[in-house]
Amino acid sequence: MSTSTTLETPSTGTWDGGNEPLKASYGKLMMWFFLLSDAFTFGAFLIVYGLSRHKHLPYTGEPEAFTFSTQWWPIPEKVFNAFPGFHGVDLPLAFVALMTMILILSSVTMVLAVEAGHRMDKNDVQKWLLWTILFGATFLGCQAWEWAHFITGTEEGMMLADGTRIIGANLTVNQYGPPLFADLFFFITGFHGTHVFSGVILLIIIFLNTVYGTYQKRGHYEMVEKVGLYWHFVDLVWVFVFTFFYLI
Amino acid sequence: MSSTDISINEDVHHAHEEHDHHHDQNFFEKYIFSQDHKTIGKQFLITGIFWAFVGGFLSILFRLQLGWPEATFTFLEPILGGWIENGKLNPEFYLALVTMHGTIMVFFVLTAGLSGTFFNFLIPLQIGARDMASGFMNMLSYWFFFLASVILFTSLFLETGPAAGGWTVYPPLSALPEALAGSGSGMTLWLIAMALFIVSQLLGGVNYITTVINLRTKGMSMTKMPLTIWAFFLTAILGLLAFPVLFSAALLLIFDRSFGTSFFLSDIYIGGQALAHSGGSPILFQHLFWFLGHPEVYIVIMPAFGIVSEVITTNSRKPIFGYRAMIGSLMGIALLSFVVWAHHMFVSGMNPFLGSVFMFLTLIIAVPSAVKVFNWLATLWRANIRFTSAMMFAIGFVSLFISGGLTGIILGNSSLDIQLHDTYFVVAHFHLVMGAAAFFGMFCGVYHWFPKMFGRMMDEKLGFVHFWLTFVSVYLVFMPMHYLGIAGFPRRYYTWTGFEAFNVFTDMNTFISIAAILGFSAQFIFLFNFVYSIFKGRRATANPWHANTLEWTTPVLPGHGNWPGEIPAVYRWPYDYSKPGAAEDFIPQTVPFSETQSSNLPQEKDFE
Repeated sequence: MSTSTTLETPSTGTWDGGNEPLKASYGKLMMWFFLLSDAFTFGAFLIVYGLSRHKHLPYTGEPEAFTFSTQWWPIPEKVFNAFPGFHGVDLPLAFVALMTMILILSSVTMVLAVEAGHRMDKNDVQKWLLWTILFGATFLGCQAWEWAHFITGTEEGMMLADGTRIIGANLTVNQYGPPLFADLFFFITGFHGTHVFSGVILLIIIFLNTVYGTYQKRGHYEMVEKVGLYWHFVDLVWVFVFTFFYLI
Repeated sequence: MSSTDISINEDVHHAHEEHDHHHDQNFFEKYIFSQDHKTIGKQFLITGIFWAFVGGFLSILFRLQLGWPEATFTFLEPILGGWIENGKLNPEFYLALVTMHGTIMVFFVLTAGLSGTFFNFLIPLQIGARDMASGFMNMLSYWFFFLASVILFTSLFLETGPAAGGWTVYPPLSALPEALAGSGSGMTLWLIAMALFIVSQLLGGVNYITTVINLRTKGMSMTKMPLTIWAFFLTAILGLLAFPVLFSAALLLIFDRSFGTSFFLSDIYIGGQALAHSGGSPILFQHLFWFLGHPEVYIVIMPAFGIVSEVITTNSRKPIFGYRAMIGSLMGIALLSFVVWAHHMFVSGMNPFLGSVFMFLTLIIAVPSAVKVFNWLATLWRANIRFTSAMMFAIGFVSLFISGGLTGIILGNSSLDIQLHDTYFVVAHFHLVMGAAAFFGMFCGVYHWFPKMFGRMMDEKLGFVHFWLTFVSVYLVFMPMHYLGIAGFPRRYYTWTGFEAFNVFTDMNTFISIAAILGFSAQFIFLFNFVYSIFKGRRATANPWHANTLEWTTPVLPGHGNWPGEIPAVYRWPYDYSKPGAAEDFIPQTVPFSETQSSNLPQEKDFE
């Protein structure tokens, strides 16, 4: 029953309060939880994609004989086979592979920017952020071309039973297959593109803050890390979008 | 109430000038664009009370129609204008009333009003933090909610009426403007309001979760947290995972409505003409909606679990029975809430085998729910109960939760649901178990924490009158509805007198409507008590209920930062009531074991 000093101090374990149990600041935790909830948003969209596609018949004939029809879901390689400057050449998924490479590269440069932030190396942070912005913007540019091409369509279009042709795509009809094919393409890649666009804006803001020395004065580059988390998440989501829309 | 709202409304334009200087807080920084969690909590509470009266009033309007189907309502013309045609309520407006009543009560009152108020107010105070992790985001959360409120409120005054396709907004009814008058601009505003509402919920949600993880004071381990905070924490996680899915569904629906996509639409003919939409699935919307919608009902009820646990144990002057079981059952309920959504869709044509899986999972929820009920009863068992107004509502909550929960076991059966689906049995069930019960939790919280919010006490006598009138009228309204429902009486029907089978229920419907009017009128006693006590109530002491939790160690009216000096450290769990050998019948969490050697239990000697 001796009253030692230990009596007066509260416990100090990992989860005993008065510390950061997950070794992360509140800002970083918030970003993680936001990304978790955003993952559910994208998850819902991809489930909508999966179920909608499941409701439609797949194409069962020979790949060489494939034609666009509202009767079946198109084969992605036959839809996404164009490349800027190579008109009429069949290059299945070449352009989207390039886009994906660019986005993955931007994730690499983002990692390097975060790493430079840990070293408090302002010049390196600036350099790598600029590369990331460049790659991000290039990705958006590629997506704009991809959309433009998708909307314009090909000369052949889709021949209907009554002899008319549908050329290009909008939200109601498209030349590639059932209306939902284009609906989902526009909606999901558009929603992802909006995320990339927001990411580029965020990157520009933190790039300017880095240039003005805000983070150097603050003593840490945690904001770069937080935006980095977001950027990697957007990149990861693209991997799923790419898999669902282009590969399967 | 509404006057408060209006004054807030007028001041919206001053938002940006006020942010750059932080010395003396002026009126706007202190009361309007406040970043103090206590003020934000009160803003949510007052907006929530405003909405509750709007939602309640709408229900009285349709109860008038149901109770007196042959009567003429010319006296309502000054309020409803064109919606009264030749003394009769417009049938489409009736549908709008039901829809808006549901939307307002579920989202704007029992989600934002209940969670927004108590999460903001109590989390920092009970875990020992100066404020929420991000005060700015917290403020944004309120103002997004406010904007959503303004938009939804505006939709009530549209010429074509507000959304009318039911609070679940199933397409194609909600997707095609041709379907209903309310499916035009009313529905558009509904969707915009809901999207903003979800943004508000997410901003609040990440803040609540992060605050609980990172900002607990020294010694406040997870197993020393009050059950309120546990309930709020898990509710915030539910909201964070469920609301984004509603967001997805709402966005897709907006595209279907406004941009011609076919996500939820297929094979629809209007006047013999086929619409261009093809390939979509309205059932898909139901799945997405209920993936949110079911967790949503737990988002509504779980905060009430926490509040009631706290109030029952404080006023029983006994430790809560089964503290860890309470946490475990909350976790169980939270987890199960994500895997039972399709029990709302048993009659949607789903595979009966899938139905039986969802039925099984649904019935399992009875287990953690029963654990909670038995723990509350065991806490009350042989206790020195202090019947404060808050305690009355807490006990009333347990009663309603049992009554409503029992019918949940019946409705969870996929075969019984064929008979009971969309009848008044369902209406009675969910109003008791999550509507009235969550309201009781909210009243319980307001009466209990009013002294901490406003530094004054609410009047106990008026509180008792309010409780008994509300309690009695809730049962008078919803108990008879079970009989209506078993007889097959369908919900959301404007007129039922054309059906021979239902004409025998005229008296019962009139009775229910009278009870509903009584219950609604009783809420004005609360409103008076609330407003009067803010200004003229008896001044509160720092710890009027002799409670253990941290919020009662602050000054009577805590300033920004909550504790004038250092934040107190925590040494013990929050439920040391009536501990044998202790000097008083409560030992606050801030008292170290070294000061209570006469009451320490054998295992607590280790802490010495």
